[in-house]
Amino acid sequence: MIRHLLDGVPSRGLAMLAILLVLLLIAPYFVGGYLLTVLFLILYFAYVGQAWNIMMGFAGQLSLGHSLYVGLGAYAAAALYVHFGVSPWVGLFASVVISALAGAVIGFLAFRFGVGGVYFAILTIAFAEFARIGFDHFTWVHGSSGFFLPVSNYTQNDLWNLRGSPVMFYYLMLALTVIAFILCHVLLRSRAGYYWLAIRESPEAAQALGINIFKYKMYAVVLSAAMTSLAGVIFAFFYNNLFPEQIFHISRSIELILGPIIGGVGTLFGPIVGAFLLTALAEGMREIMLQLGVELPGVKQVFYGVCLLVVVMFLPDGVWPPLSRLLGLDQKTPDGES
Amino acid sequence: MGPGVPIEIYLNVAASGLLTGLVYGLMALGLSVIFGVVRVVNFAHGEMMTIGMYIAIVLFFQLGLDPLVMMVPIAAVLFALGYLMQAALINPFINRPEHSQFMLLVAVALIMVNALLIIFGPDAKGVQTSYSFDSFQFGPLIVDAAKVYAAIAALAVAAALFAFFRFSLTGKAIRACADNYNGALVVGLNVKQLYALTFGIGAACVGAAGSMLVVMIDVTPALGPAYTLLAFVIVITGGLGSMPGALLGGLLIGVTEALGGLLFTPSAKSMFAFAILVLVLLFRPQGILGRRAA
Amino acid sequence: MARLEVRNMSKSFSGLRAVQDVSFDVPQGEIVGLIGPNGAGKTTCFNLIAGVYRPDQGEVLFDGKRIDGLRPDEICRAGIGRTFQIVKPFAGLSVLENVIVGALNAKSSVIQARTEAEDVLRKLGLWNKRDQAASALTLPERKRLEVARALATGPSILLLDEVMAGLRPTEMDTMVALFRDLNAKTGLTILLIEHVMRAVMTLSKKIVVLHHGEIIASGTPAEVSRDPAVLESYLGEEAL
Repeated sequence: MIRHLLDGVPSRGLAMLAILLVLLLIAPYFVGGYLLTVLFLILYFAYVGQAWNIMMGFAGQLSLGHSLYVGLGAYAAAALYVHFGVSPWVGLFASVVISALAGAVIGFLAFRFGVGGVYFAILTIAFAEFARIGFDHFTWVHGSSGFFLPVSNYTQNDLWNLRGSPVMFYYLMLALTVIAFILCHVLLRSRAGYYWLAIRESPEAAQALGINIFKYKMYAVVLSAAMTSLAGVIFAFFYNNLFPEQIFHISRSIELILGPIIGGVGTLFGPIVGAFLLTALAEGMREIMLQLGVELPGVKQVFYGVCLLVVVMFLPDGVWPPLSRLLGLDQKTPDGES
Repeated sequence: MGPGVPIEIYLNVAASGLLTGLVYGLMALGLSVIFGVVRVVNFAHGEMMTIGMYIAIVLFFQLGLDPLVMMVPIAAVLFALGYLMQAALINPFINRPEHSQFMLLVAVALIMVNALLIIFGPDAKGVQTSYSFDSFQFGPLIVDAAKVYAAIAALAVAAALFAFFRFSLTGKAIRACADNYNGALVVGLNVKQLYALTFGIGAACVGAAGSMLVVMIDVTPALGPAYTLLAFVIVITGGLGSMPGALLGGLLIGVTEALGGLLFTPSAKSMFAFAILVLVLLFRPQGILGRRAA
Repeated sequence: MARLEVRNMSKSFSGLRAVQDVSFDVPQGEIVGLIGPNGAGKTTCFNLIAGVYRPDQGEVLFDGKRIDGLRPDEICRAGIGRTFQIVKPFAGLSVLENVIVGALNAKSSVIQARTEAEDVLRKLGLWNKRDQAASALTLPERKRLEVARALATGPSILLLDEVMAGLRPTEMDTMVALFRDLNAKTGLTILLIEHVMRAVMTLSKKIVVLHHGEIIASGTPAEVSRDPAVLESYLGEEAL
């Protein structure tokens, strides 16, 4: 079984992955506060980008409202913690269920009624916006005034309640990201993986081969939503404050798809490569501007926009495919998985 | 709001919504024209309108020029912008899958909003024209003069647009492209240039709408995405590719928004727009007046 | 009871009658040919049987159970495999992966499906190309891939839509031999649409002739090739 999973993966690639993992594991011993947060953000965007990638890259549905699932996940776990003292490890089940349900509703409506392509994207935007405005008036979680988690000083890491230092969150995010990647790799090799690729390539042929398109599209949508909600849980407990205007905002949705699009939609490593590139470049630019004494809000976003534009125009498959060729990793996996 | 609210209030709010709706309709018209012909979903539509609004602001504060009077030059500037966008960004990639083109415009929108943020800052800016506080009275109805002027301007522009597409040679050529891309190529129409022209026209519409809107509300960069979404709602409700549909959708949304803001809380009014959008997407995706997309 | 029974099937598109009151049987273990001039409604019949369309009237019975109105994927799972006239390979996947998708219909694990797919590829002479992207294949190879994929689903009935078109005579002979072999060894029932008379006449035990959506003749190849209505429909429309 393990051999089956590793079949076709070039050993050079495995070696590089191992090195990368080791580097990420020991990073907190060498980098301090600010850089650690940057690394944390990279992993966060890699994870959430990978979750989004399942809906887009695997099931071919463009979602521009993924902030919905982040927000629902965040609020669910946070509300249970603040109002009932429920540990986020238990609360996350609520997050997953609620987000999965939201995904299921959107997926069902879309697929049942044949809403696809750009219309589907607009539908997802509508739902996220609906949540944004709705939560603004949701008094149980304090609406637009913001929902706050009690911050304690973290001389001690409380893993059970997710109260602790950034290092704790860093390792948590790292674990989550690694698990997500392994999961996606396993999925791509499974029946679902083959079926998703088939549906993406030719839905008609897929049906003629016995694939229930509705069922598998729903899997992708629900899985994507559920995975994304976990990022929301971490978001809530890391930042300790939630505002509907921010967490459900469409710019969040766009932000989280930049990584996978720039890295490469549908590929396994696209999201993490994209997240690394974007965050590293953005922070680098911020440093430069700080040195120059320029402090302008919005420059980072313009930079993101330009990157997105360039990639969409000239590297439609993302940065990862040509990069992997350069690194000699593109051996024999023509199924889009690299 | 209790049951004792006099009917005049509803009428006034509805009338106000109707007038605003005409301007919305013009904005959506631009989007509809672009989609109907070039088959591109302009995700930067609201942002382009915001650019028009800011141009009006600058002209007003630097030169004291009234936005409605400046409508034509502003529209011209936006025309150029739209033409350029189509020619440089979209035409070269016209064979890409549609979500690819969509993302292109998402990127452009992102750049536009934040460029505006950098240049103008996040604070709201508004104009105070000589008629900002005037109003007209028609029986029980009291409506803002600014809204009336804006609505009249919107109608004028829409009429001009209809006439252009109906009667002018270029307008007919553009319609030919929309109806039958390959047929248009075969008869020798320079489709790419006509596409650029169309995008420019759509942008001009939205620029004009911006100069009208700025006399009614204050502008911030964040308005861009909000109005893009609103334009989508209107156009999808009214029917993508249908020009009368865009106007009808605009009126519908304008009134619903206004009444919704009255009956519930003002901040919740866009929820209605989205609820309508979801319903339309599900049950009548071609919109009220649209044809089933070919 | 025949394996596949079509009873009084009719279908119109926007007032145009594509298939009109068509009835025929495909007995278990036989090869039946469906021929007729272009536009006769042959592919529409396939699409009706395979669940792409729902008949306006009539029924389709598989092992005595009605299947008209079922979704295409349900029909495949029931045991009817089909190819498309305009081939639809999964272009981004390799040849082997294409067939694995088909094999997953019959096998419960990916590992088993892979073994089955490899088997089918060998039978169809595509073993050498198994790791190539499907988009890199020539048209005759794609046609074979189409057949391989449908075969891998483990059907009891295979619907073949013009799989011989564009093949050279040697390639065609190989295909004919393959089908005959499959039919003889495994009892695979085959219904095939063909324009290439040589292939369909040698393969089929029974021929059904369609013209303007209606059946104008049916019988053994010998009977049908002598039928004056058939000759007229062909000679009138296109040279044989």
